[in-house]
Amino acid sequence: MPDVLLDRILTQAWALSPSVALRPEPFGALAYHFGNRKLTFLKRPELVQVVRVLAEHPDVRSALVAAGVPESQHAAYGAALRGLARTDMIRPREQELAS
Amino acid sequence: MTAVQERPVGGSLIDQFELGLDAPICLTWELTYACNLACAHCLSSSGKRDPRELSTAQCEAVIDELQRMQVFYVNIGGGEPTIRPDFWHLLAYAVDHQVGVKFSTNGVRITPERARVLASTDYVDVQISLDGATAEVNDYVRGTGSYDTALTALQNLQDAGFKDAKISVVCTRENIGQLDEFKALADRYGATLRLTRLRPSGRGADVWDELHPLPAQQKVLYDWLMAHGEDVLTGDSFFHLAAFGESLPGLNLCGAGRVVCLIDPIGDVYACPFAIHDSFLAGNLLDQGGFQRVWQTSELFTELRSPQTGGACAKCTFYDTCRGGCMAAKFFTGLPLDGPDPECVQGYGETALAGARTIPAASQDHSRSGPTRNQPVMLQLMTRPPVSACAQSPLAGFEAAPSSQNGCCS
Repeated sequence: MPDVLLDRILTQAWALSPSVALRPEPFGALAYHFGNRKLTFLKRPELVQVVRVLAEHPDVRSALVAAGVPESQHAAYGAALRGLARTDMIRPREQELAS
Repeated sequence: MTAVQERPVGGSLIDQFELGLDAPICLTWELTYACNLACAHCLSSSGKRDPRELSTAQCEAVIDELQRMQVFYVNIGGGEPTIRPDFWHLLAYAVDHQVGVKFSTNGVRITPERARVLASTDYVDVQISLDGATAEVNDYVRGTGSYDTALTALQNLQDAGFKDAKISVVCTRENIGQLDEFKALADRYGATLRLTRLRPSGRGADVWDELHPLPAQQKVLYDWLMAHGEDVLTGDSFFHLAAFGESLPGLNLCGAGRVVCLIDPIGDVYACPFAIHDSFLAGNLLDQGGFQRVWQTSELFTELRSPQTGGACAKCTFYDTCRGGCMAAKFFTGLPLDGPDPECVQGYGETALAGARTIPAASQDHSRSGPTRNQPVMLQLMTRPPVSACAQSPLAGFEAAPSSQNGCCS
């Protein structure tokens, strides 16, 4: 079941939410959502990079590749991204919603 | 990216936070020391405006800098911030510069008109201070009429369609028994309850002995917080209670100078909102380099971010959960900073309080010199006569020896 969900997010197009600002920090970044006031900590610089480039890529998997995340870690990053999606830090891009 | 990595990669957030951040997460900004109330436990000893308070232009420059540093929101307080004539302007200025605002108020200026403006503004949270679920309990510490003022403000906000106001309660010996009533009150106004810890800071030092929760009440509070979880906000202020067992939601460490700090009305930067004292003054943002220099390079903040030893607490099995408790609570009760919190739930605080200690003198006081119209008068029925026995009998202590001249009333 989790594998199915995971596969799905890796093939989808996502982007940082428009209400979210990223602040670089020595450990990674802080993400603040001005709408729901949630503060999230991105604890790895690689994850920050993935989140930043999500919108430039057709799907999550190619964003992970572009950010240099080894394939063996794609599942873990997929899980982290789903966590971010739960508080609307990232959201699916519109064309994907329509399909 | 070739710089030497001084901090570990990954690891727990607490480990990262202890080393400090490039900008604070939780920044409190007291806009004025002026206040219409004179609460007995005021953290900042507020009352009178300070003539050196930042001008409108200086406040705007602070907001510009916070925007550059990506401080996403500030907690504005005072004093009573809304009685600054430029308060509403500064609020709009902050929001327009991507600095969200949560402001604390006793409600005095939250009229129906202002409530409507607030309801139409994004990125503004309003926190109404209330320290009793009944007028009797609230007004005892906040002053006559302050309960009605707060409830009127909440009503105005609700009527205007303002969503999710906060009711901010300082937990005291008098109101721990009212937690369910506070929650009901919050529900009635569509508000969220926020409970915070009474600190012996400012005028709070004068009433702390009388008002701080008793040991049994701490357990009641802990159980209540555990049962209500994330529905109730705490400003992460009860991490000393973690030594009862499980940690409460939120950050369980002292954030002073690491993730938290305070800007006072004259631009002085302190390590935390509960530590307005020269010992915790890191610098002034009007000096060269502004707030950023104070936050990133001041000597005091650098020291607070260096590894701390647990001192007397290090050998306690609960040290990893409570981390020694609140620095301000220790300082203002005259306890060593590397020892137990005065309200240590393992009982070490009581032992420490019973020992020799000197309560530090206040380094600032903006209290009004004369009594004000609605100043609280914390009178209680005394359990024993206030004066010696001779007040009740003019012959008390009189010995029939004819030469005695030394009656106690002489």
